[in-house]
Amino acid sequence: MQTWNALAIETAKIRGASFADARVVDMRLRDLSTKNGEVGTLAENESLGLGIRALASGCWGFASTDVLTREGVQACAAQAVAIAHASAMAKRADVHMVPEKAYIDSWQNPYIKDPFQIPLERQLDLLLAADHQMRRVKGLTLAETSMQFRREEQWYASTLGSQIHQLKMQSGAGIVATSFANNEIQKRSYPNSFGGQHQLAGYELVEGLDLPGNAQRVAEEALALHKAPQCPEGERTIILESSQLGLQIHESIGHPIELDRVLGMEANFAGMSFLTIDKLRTLQYASEIVNVVADARLDHGPGLGTFGYDDEGVPGKRTDVIKDGLFTGYLSNRETAGAIGLKESGGTMRAEGWNRLPIIRMTNISLLPGTWRYEDLLADTDDGILMETNRSWSIDDRRYHFQFSTEVGWEIKHGRKTRMLKNPSYSGITTEFWNSCDAICSRDYWTLWGTPNCGKGQPQQTMGTGHGAAPARFRKIRVGMAFAK
Amino acid sequence: MAEAHLPSETELQHLAERVFQFSDADETEVHIDFVADALTRFANNTIHQNVSEQVRSVSIRTVYDGRTARATTNKTDDESLRRAVAASAALSRSQPKNPDLLPMPGPQSYTKVNRYFAQTAGATPEDRAVSVARVTELAEQNRQTAAGVFATGASVSAIVNSKGLFANHRQTRAEFSITIMEQDSSGWAKASSPDRDEIDPEALARCASEKAAASRHPKQVEPGRWTVILEPAAVLDLVGFLFYDFAGTAVLDQRSCFNNRLGKQVMGENVTIHDDVTHALQSGAPFDGEGMPRQTVLLVERGVPRHLVYSRATAKKMNTKPTGHGLALPTQDGEAPFNLVFSGGNTSLETMIATTDRGILLTRLWYIREVDPYEKILTGMTRDGSFLVENGKITMGIRNFRFNQNILEMLSNVGQMSPAVRAAGEESFEMVVPAMKVRDFHFTEVTKF
Repeated sequence: MQTWNALAIETAKIRGASFADARVVDMRLRDLSTKNGEVGTLAENESLGLGIRALASGCWGFASTDVLTREGVQACAAQAVAIAHASAMAKRADVHMVPEKAYIDSWQNPYIKDPFQIPLERQLDLLLAADHQMRRVKGLTLAETSMQFRREEQWYASTLGSQIHQLKMQSGAGIVATSFANNEIQKRSYPNSFGGQHQLAGYELVEGLDLPGNAQRVAEEALALHKAPQCPEGERTIILESSQLGLQIHESIGHPIELDRVLGMEANFAGMSFLTIDKLRTLQYASEIVNVVADARLDHGPGLGTFGYDDEGVPGKRTDVIKDGLFTGYLSNRETAGAIGLKESGGTMRAEGWNRLPIIRMTNISLLPGTWRYEDLLADTDDGILMETNRSWSIDDRRYHFQFSTEVGWEIKHGRKTRMLKNPSYSGITTEFWNSCDAICSRDYWTLWGTPNCGKGQPQQTMGTGHGAAPARFRKIRVGMAFAK
Repeated sequence: MAEAHLPSETELQHLAERVFQFSDADETEVHIDFVADALTRFANNTIHQNVSEQVRSVSIRTVYDGRTARATTNKTDDESLRRAVAASAALSRSQPKNPDLLPMPGPQSYTKVNRYFAQTAGATPEDRAVSVARVTELAEQNRQTAAGVFATGASVSAIVNSKGLFANHRQTRAEFSITIMEQDSSGWAKASSPDRDEIDPEALARCASEKAAASRHPKQVEPGRWTVILEPAAVLDLVGFLFYDFAGTAVLDQRSCFNNRLGKQVMGENVTIHDDVTHALQSGAPFDGEGMPRQTVLLVERGVPRHLVYSRATAKKMNTKPTGHGLALPTQDGEAPFNLVFSGGNTSLETMIATTDRGILLTRLWYIREVDPYEKILTGMTRDGSFLVENGKITMGIRNFRFNQNILEMLSNVGQMSPAVRAAGEESFEMVVPAMKVRDFHFTEVTKF
């Protein structure tokens, strides 16, 4: 495959590119789902192609093709350069990139069981077993299960001399129990909503989730929600379990720190950020117990933001984003790093596939563990609401004001988890919210969650990101506004 | 740069025949898609990203003894097609028999729609850059900053099955979207069409520029229940969340907001909605994921949900007739209407403003999500052009709101509507919707800009 990259880069150079990098990506996907005891989706998809990014006349051009022939690749590279020249018709300044070394390397994430080698019958049996356990609960109206697997092999090369091969294996699975009763729809999901848990791992991830073992519980909870009292409206102490906190991190820390967004490059669609450059190392983003990192290294865990090299040939790195509550770092690439005085890229460029341009994406944006035992955190909370499993999420286009709702809430009274609450929601302003954090649970309760469906860019690209979190407590948070009359 | 090459009908049929040769299934269906898209993206008054892609897809569904599955490849050599057929067969055979699976349909006839324009397919990077340069110059002249996209593309989709069905659709698309910003304000405009000549980037840029200027130094007004004038893009992004509720499968699964509400007055009498792929302002293929002809369906008549859309399998389960809205099989989602057309009214946006004592004019909504699927409460933010209207005039820009709004209630509170137009937003696919003036729209909180 590196032969195609070399041909593309050489063609781009001949056509006048001052820099070019190319990626051949070979993608394989498997998607299984069931609904109410029947197989729903059962599909596999394979896709192979090449994308080339060329810098010419001081501007970028990108072209992609799945015609991997000498003529097809040369035409694609020539088109990328022609597009770059066209870009110069509306140029204000030449693109400048911070330096980067050349790497010749191969990297893959560790996994034990190749999910594509596991018999389909076995995978379907597992889903149907979980489906069956949910439907044993009388009154449940909808039982759904799903599994997704993704094998992505990529060959990268650039005019700097890099030649990098990477293989990423990703697995994910989840179940959802939905109940319609009394003109109300309630649902519970496991281990997370919107597709479950996803990591760079093999089939061992799915086996470890024990979907059938959790199916009856989530079905019973979905039904119980109909009889639960409504989450109150007002100011409360809340505790967020780790998957909901992972999404809170994603929306109110991960997106605002994207430097392309800060610099206005996403203004038309994804929006901008309140984190203007003057706030770097001056803004108290959060309370002093809050430490957040952007970490693409395998040391951080098998997150969906883990890789050896990003898609412009920069090694995966760790950046301190919030240190003792102080805002300390953005997500950057070779083009934007110079804007904040960095001498090297933060290594966050990724593309959805061979036919998409790499852009700045979250890696693993994680809240580092605190010191609390979960039991002690509950015991220390006199009056609060524990919120579990995201149901909806929304935040403004500069990432100030957010509103989340979760599938279930639990009232905490005098240090004890008591009755269930339905339709919980909370809202607030990002920095006020994070500065109200007064307790974070320890590593024993920390999970690296996968968000497989983050959308950004035009044309829009869907990307997987990772978010490590342990349950944490926040004081004086506005709750219940989603259902305010 | 020449017009993108898309395969002819003969080439599509030949490719499908090659797939059939490799298949020993009881029935075989092939979906073929060729897409050539390009997008020029600008920000900070300069082109910063500029991309093109050519993507092929050959998706093969096999049926063995009441079992079906799909495998897809983007390679068209014999070995790759054989491998995809084999993968589809292995997937099909790995599962229990599906008693609801119907035999594939035979040949069908379709309403002709013309949605291919050579000048759109042939658009070059230079063409797009010239338009972008003009709008960024306009922004600079006004001491403003522009960001946006100009996209053009062409595609062909075909469905061919071993029972003799052949359906194909050729379409172009063009889209221009622009945000123009000042220090503390912004304005936005967007249009899309199969024909790029229908899009006027400079007019859109002027509109966005005027909104940015008019919303300078926004003031905060209190959240609560407000009379709101929603421009078509804002209407689109809200009502777009209803589309799957009209699926027969959603009602069967008891997750539609129309469960127990079909035939009841749940919206105002001035709201009538069809699904109509043949409408002059609509786009898309006149056939569904099985190759069945899309029919025009009256979904809501004067505020009463009357009919749903059905795939063949769902129609059989619900003892009715299919409407040609099925999704590609196998699917657990059944069907959906993708060509919603609101009947609209005859009040201009200017008249809506002129007849409003105190209200809010909204250009665009953002990050809309469903809070309650049955009550159909949606949350989201306003964005890029929110104004206070007082005594029939726009008086100032205002800070953006968060809303939590029951959409059925909103469609019961529509006082005035403009004629329906082809609207382009960000949260939903394009539809034909009017601008609306709505009573008691519920803003719950306000943000900082």
